[in-house]
Amino acid sequence: MTRDEALFQFLLRLGDNTVILSHRISEWVGHAPVLEEDIAVANTALDLIGQTQLWLGLAGEIEGKDRSADDLAFLRDAWDFRNLLLVERPNGDFGKTIMRQFLFDAWQTIMLGKLMSSTDERVAEIAAKASKEAAYHLERSASTVVGLGDGTDESHDRMQTALDDLWDYTGEMFLSDEVDEVLSAEGIAPAAASLKDEWIDLVDRILADATLAIPDKNYAHKGGKTGQHTEHLGFILADMQFLQRAYPGASW
Amino acid sequence: MGALPSINTVWEWLDAVPDPEIPVISLVDLGIIRGVSWQDDTLVVKVTPTYSGCPATSIINLDIETALRANGIDKLELKRQLSPPWTTDWLSAKGRVKLQEYGIAPPEPAGGPANCPQCNSTNLSGISQFGSTPCKAQWRCDDCLEPFDYFKCI
Repeated sequence: MTRDEALFQFLLRLGDNTVILSHRISEWVGHAPVLEEDIAVANTALDLIGQTQLWLGLAGEIEGKDRSADDLAFLRDAWDFRNLLLVERPNGDFGKTIMRQFLFDAWQTIMLGKLMSSTDERVAEIAAKASKEAAYHLERSASTVVGLGDGTDESHDRMQTALDDLWDYTGEMFLSDEVDEVLSAEGIAPAAASLKDEWIDLVDRILADATLAIPDKNYAHKGGKTGQHTEHLGFILADMQFLQRAYPGASW
Repeated sequence: MGALPSINTVWEWLDAVPDPEIPVISLVDLGIIRGVSWQDDTLVVKVTPTYSGCPATSIINLDIETALRANGIDKLELKRQLSPPWTTDWLSAKGRVKLQEYGIAPPEPAGGPANCPQCNSTNLSGISQFGSTPCKAQWRCDDCLEPFDYFKCI
């Protein structure tokens, strides 16, 4: 695998995480439990779309086949997406949506922090931009996890259930493969596994404040980073890509 | 077109272009114009986005182009510059005063507004970390009870 082939895959992973999570949380718009959360979720989704444009824009440039960020987002099928399985999980209740957001925000903040010192200047610039937004997302998702976890019996139970359900999807973040090896050898991106300790420390601290217990299990569902997805991704794409598939090139 | 307008003149023109979402401050006040230069007879303006997904970005580029063309600029190139990333430190002192007068509390390093833009009280509560645009959060004054926008500090 050449450096550019690895970088293309890595950028798809970053951009596909943000576009799929953005789409997922935007499903709450107009349905969130309170107006402030509705606005928060819409704004978070918007930041993630912006980051997607930067990551997939650069991916298209690296690939050199004249594909734009829009082409990559709207004209690939499920097996060409490289996002973590975590971000395609169904929303569930609001607590589960916030728990998934927190687990992702914690990882993304740490990842972007490392990418800011990437030897590839283009990657470092986008990471520096996105990390400010990610830090703000983490502040909100972490405080909401604490508020709901250390809340009523009902909210506590729901947050614990959410954590138990989602935990098996967090291990994939830290599995390294050839893409990570090529890029970490070049100093372009950190090895996936190297983020784990910092992530565990952060998640541990917030979940303790939230009076939630980390499940005692180490199984990790995997496959998203290489294109083997759950059945949920196809439904997301059917919704997200409908317009460009039915009316190719439509713009307004 | 005769002699090329000076760089300072171009900055003055840009300082007259309002932010499309918060029209009391200019694009220069907002701190998103990163450079103005002549490359031969082409005017190059470098612009940085506030938030990466801010929908106002394309309107801002259009407004810059419209203003410069109205001042007789024919050859114009707008470039996106990501680095260093925009933070609220780039807001001008003049811009901060205008925000406050308009009823939007300017950003503070402490992470929340210093005082109510209506009655100056410091007795405030946060309502939501997000607001009507990507750059704002919602707060409320516990004395005059007015809700107000706070320009998020990032």
